[in-house]
Amino acid sequence: MTMTEPTAEGRFGDFGGMFVPETLVPACQELDRAFREAWADPSFRAELDHLLTTYAGRPSPLTECQNLSEALGCRILLKREDLNHTGSHKINNVLGQALLAKRMGKTRLVAETGAGQHGVATATAAALFGMDCIVYMGTVDIERQKLNVFRMQLLGAEVRPAESGSQTLKDAVNEAMRHWVSVVESTHYCLGSVMGPHPYPWMVREFHRVIGDESRQQCAELLDGGVPDVVVACVGGGSNAAGIFAGFADTDALLVGAEPAGGAAVGRAVPGIVHGSRSYLMQDEWGQVLEAESISAGLDYPGIGPEHAHLAATGRARYEPVTDAEVVEAFQLLARTEGIIPALESAHAIAWVSKCRDELRGKTVLINLSGRGDKDVNQMMDELG
Amino acid sequence: MIGSVEQALRARRDAGGSCLVPYVTGGLGDDWLDTARAVAAAGADAIEIGIPFSDPVMDGPTIQAANDRALAAGATPQSILDQLRDADLGIPAAVMTYGNIAYHMGWERFAQSLAAAGVAGCILPDVPLEETGPWTEAADAAGIETILLAAPTAPDSRLPRIVERSRGFVYGVGLLGITGVREALAASAVEIAGRLKTVTDLPVLVGVGIGTPAQAVEVSKVADGVVVGSAVVQRMLDGAGPEGVAELVAEFRQALDAK
Ligand SMILES: Cc1ncc(COP(=O)(O)O)c(C=O)c1O
Repeated sequence: MTMTEPTAEGRFGDFGGMFVPETLVPACQELDRAFREAWADPSFRAELDHLLTTYAGRPSPLTECQNLSEALGCRILLKREDLNHTGSHKINNVLGQALLAKRMGKTRLVAETGAGQHGVATATAAALFGMDCIVYMGTVDIERQKLNVFRMQLLGAEVRPAESGSQTLKDAVNEAMRHWVSVVESTHYCLGSVMGPHPYPWMVREFHRVIGDESRQQCAELLDGGVPDVVVACVGGGSNAAGIFAGFADTDALLVGAEPAGGAAVGRAVPGIVHGSRSYLMQDEWGQVLEAESISAGLDYPGIGPEHAHLAATGRARYEPVTDAEVVEAFQLLARTEGIIPALESAHAIAWVSKCRDELRGKTVLINLSGRGDKDVNQMMDELG
Repeated sequence: MIGSVEQALRARRDAGGSCLVPYVTGGLGDDWLDTARAVAAAGADAIEIGIPFSDPVMDGPTIQAANDRALAAGATPQSILDQLRDADLGIPAAVMTYGNIAYHMGWERFAQSLAAAGVAGCILPDVPLEETGPWTEAADAAGIETILLAAPTAPDSRLPRIVERSRGFVYGVGLLGITGVREALAASAVEIAGRLKTVTDLPVLVGVGIGTPAQAVEVSKVADGVVVGSAVVQRMLDGAGPEGVAELVAEFRQALDAK
């Protein structure tokens, strides 16, 4: 199996599509055309590669963790997306979309954010390209990710609170879409994960494919041309996971997505339609969307990108829940054994490996360390203090 | 027998009048059904009944608040349809909800539930032309009219395809934005009405951003009529009761009749 293009209708198997208000259909279609053209245009690719290298700091290193490997009994490799400019994988997608928005003649970016990492990345790109930037963020997340709110403001973005519903990522997406409907002609919606209407799930995965492509090559060098036995990533919407999975989908590697136990969309495997696509979705008996609950703002989302639903339905990838308590433990474990403070989101991937150490004994495990934990230090002070 | 949404609207238009379709949130307050009846009696040609959804991306603060309140009070798609079945509104009703409510129940079962409740039409604003196939198949089979939206952003080439697949009427989106009352009528309201009128004989109604009788009159100089949502729902939220809401609808009716 490979992770290639969805159908013309934006379908990955039964999942995906373009379930948006009519007002947005032409904008999504225009984006589909523009992305196809740009992605096939060597000058666009060269410009993006140049930015990824000279601005974002790619390629990100692959770190072999001697101490953690010893502690857990398997060989652990970390893909260091935490070392990217702005501190997470999110910058890969944002630089791609901002460059595309500029090419399409858009002058404003609107984004949603959970943990604030995507918001910070979008604000960063907007500053770099001289664009206006509005970021919607749930009021609950504004409180638990204060540092990132201030970072966005420093970068010149306007942070608008999403006060409806659960006041987290789901509601920030609603508000961003509502705003986009009213300014669609001047504004690009810079969506932060592999979710939403076509072409976003595909486009965002392609912009993150660089994680998987680099890892594949780095692993080949380290493993004598081999691939790891297991590739693990945390899953909110699923962008860092999609990026790293894309590099290994055609191998024998076991692909694992770590979901928060309180936001395990795949675990319940009920299909639904929200935010532009059909995918697995946490919902009640009538189809009302349920509120996710997670210690990590970036994974506090009741859905998952449609391609992940497809990977789960076909059995190519597994999605496993980890609890908040396991995550807090893993957060400290990586800090103490390797001197790396992970983002709480990324700590989900560590937590799954730690929890399944018996099953993984002797295996080579590649973990996508999607972000660094500076933004979470305040929250952890409360948690552990 | 009440007949279809399209028949009711054509009858009004053929008689030289402008169509009025108010929107009432199902399950909002114990007296929402009385409100729907009073609205019907105040001169509406058809009525939209909203089935609340947790994440209504096409809706502004008023209808969001109405949704939240109805959901908190325990409203479900089935409870609303059960109440509608015996409602005897006297005019055709169209349900407005979001795709997941229908999809979760199953396209076919949802269409059949609407038919069983005596509902004539349905609007799913996040299921656009490209995605509507499986739903319209079920709706057509159950005799439910699927009303499609047409927005100012649509290129000319898209409008004929929308009106061809729309039943009941075609819903012109009056502005770039979500539902809610605006101070002034957007120029795009008259514009989308004009563009739609040149490509279809189906009734053309404009909704989203039509909040006052004067705005309704203005847009109905070109359109065949209007959908009035947030202004009506705001009255319900304010506790105006069936009579208070009907008063507003009567004002729209009078203004349109005097046009
Ligand atoms: C560091 C980090 N990892 C992961 C995520 C979750 O996003 P995704 O599932 O799209 O990778 C976030 C989101 O905020 C994040 O900040």
